[in-house]
Amino acid sequence: MRNRLAIGLLLLLLAFPLAAKHWDQLFYVSFASRILIYALAASSLNLILGYGGMVSFGHAAFLGIGAYTVAILMEEGVSSGWIAWPLAVVMSALFALVIGAVSLRTRGVYFIMITLAFAQMVYYLFISLRAYGGEDGLNLAGRSHLGFGLDLTGDLTFYYIVLAIAVACLYLMQRLLNARFGQVLQAIRDNETRMEAVGFPTYRYKLISFALAGGAAGLAGALLANQNGFVSPNLLQWTQSGTLMVMVIMGGVGYLLGGALGAAVFLVLEEALSAYTLHWQLGLGLALLAIVLYARQGLAGLFAGPSAGRRWTGG
Amino acid sequence: MSVLILEQTLNGLQFGLMLFLLAAGLTLVFGIMDLINLAHGSLYMIGAYLVAAVAQATGSFALAALAAVVGTAAIGVLLEVAVLRRLYTRDHLSQVLATFALLLICNEVVRLIFGSQPVMLSLPPALAGPVQLLPGFSYPAFRLAVIGVGLAVALLLYVLVARTRMGMWVRAGASNREMAAAMGVDVKLLFTAVFGIGAALCALAGAMLGPILAVQVGMGESILILAFVVIVIGGIGSIRGALVGALLVGMVDTVGRAFLPMLLRSFLSPAVASGVGPALASIAIYVLMAAVLFWRPQGLFPARG
Repeated sequence: MRNRLAIGLLLLLLAFPLAAKHWDQLFYVSFASRILIYALAASSLNLILGYGGMVSFGHAAFLGIGAYTVAILMEEGVSSGWIAWPLAVVMSALFALVIGAVSLRTRGVYFIMITLAFAQMVYYLFISLRAYGGEDGLNLAGRSHLGFGLDLTGDLTFYYIVLAIAVACLYLMQRLLNARFGQVLQAIRDNETRMEAVGFPTYRYKLISFALAGGAAGLAGALLANQNGFVSPNLLQWTQSGTLMVMVIMGGVGYLLGGALGAAVFLVLEEALSAYTLHWQLGLGLALLAIVLYARQGLAGLFAGPSAGRRWTGG
Repeated sequence: MSVLILEQTLNGLQFGLMLFLLAAGLTLVFGIMDLINLAHGSLYMIGAYLVAAVAQATGSFALAALAAVVGTAAIGVLLEVAVLRRLYTRDHLSQVLATFALLLICNEVVRLIFGSQPVMLSLPPALAGPVQLLPGFSYPAFRLAVIGVGLAVALLLYVLVARTRMGMWVRAGASNREMAAAMGVDVKLLFTAVFGIGAALCALAGAMLGPILAVQVGMGESILILAFVVIVIGGIGSIRGALVGALLVGMVDTVGRAFLPMLLRSFLSPAVASGVGPALASIAIYVLMAAVLFWRPQGLFPARG
């Protein structure tokens, strides 16, 4: 059942741009790419937040580092995606490794705050980079080059590349969560003291997953820089971290597709409301409030029934 | 040079005291009700807008400040009763989501009423000029008034929390909520009252900072994070911690902003120094917080033993 649903969804996503092209609505292809990129970013946060129990309030930093890696490389004349994108992943993962190494020594609210502090440091770091636009941000000369006749400037090609990457990452995440590593991670979330007593190096497990999530967010950032053709410190603002968190909570914490669902609903709401009124944030706020008060396990929880997923209890 | 140092120290003191007004409410709400309130900065924004609106209508700054404090406290109580009360038993994630939603709603409602352009809030004429403090050193009268008000409120809060019955309930609630309730404290009423006071303090900060900074949508977001930094450094739930943390953050930020570019200029080119300096000063606050959390994970003055 679940597999059939996933395949159906995938077919829908594959066919979508062709339909959009048929009815001459290419704008929606670009919009769908944006949703997929945020789905990847939110899913990477869901990995540590939903499955690892680590409430990171600084995830936008990794998104931003990935985006800036691509932009800065392009500014310096390196436009190959084969170099820039993996490097974006590596840079974000390295930053996540360092930030996680310090942050994971704290718990609960203090973890939320220290990840926020580090994200703010990275935010101001990029503001201080006058050579790369400083506060004003940096325009990209174009999209990354991939070779093999793939021209990313076409929205259709770009969409399929993003789709392939997002699906591959989600698949890997699902495999990871069902593997020993993922099982241990979820057990640590449920009872860390116990896992420690049983003899698992819990700190190391948490740190590795934190770095993995950072790397995945960096990849999303690299794609986002390509999508927007522009990077700026706004990408790293704390409200961005808040938005990613809202996507995950709205979609469903600890559901595999929770992040993706939340990103899609959030962005569609934003788009639909902003077409209708300038004051779309009001509608968005009211919708979020309704979700948190009446759909306690997020939207995925509404479909999956009470036993699946997990209700967050700690803090 | 010494004049500059004196001036920047006063600026730092003034900014720190204003941060304290914001952080005091936040730390009590966080410490007693265990609620992460991202909408706390919105109350500050609402306060500043109310001051601007009433000042424009009546022409009296004092009246406007009073109206804003009362009005914002009322809005705070309303928010607590209508929405936040349902969140106390929920986890931190739901609180973040719900108060983030409130933040969006507040921003949009303010934008609906006042438009997106920053609103001008002029200084009260009596305090518009400079005051000569020392021969050769004068300082804006309004900023001095801000320092005075900040110190007075800090003292008042200290008396309220350390010397009155309600303050005792507040401290009891911060150190152990269940036990305080079991011993007969009407926690529900206490929460509402604390939230109202926190909102009033926000409005006061908005009134004092409004004429110095710009009154605009989004003004609450940037300062909210600083307030969080303050209470984490000070220890969540501790008024004394909030005061120390606020002064520390205010000083580091102001002094860093003033002197780091100068210091950097001695070994970097002026263009680079003026770019890197302010950013480094902003980073310094977060380095301070990360360091405090690393060595004293409960903050400098933990409220819970």
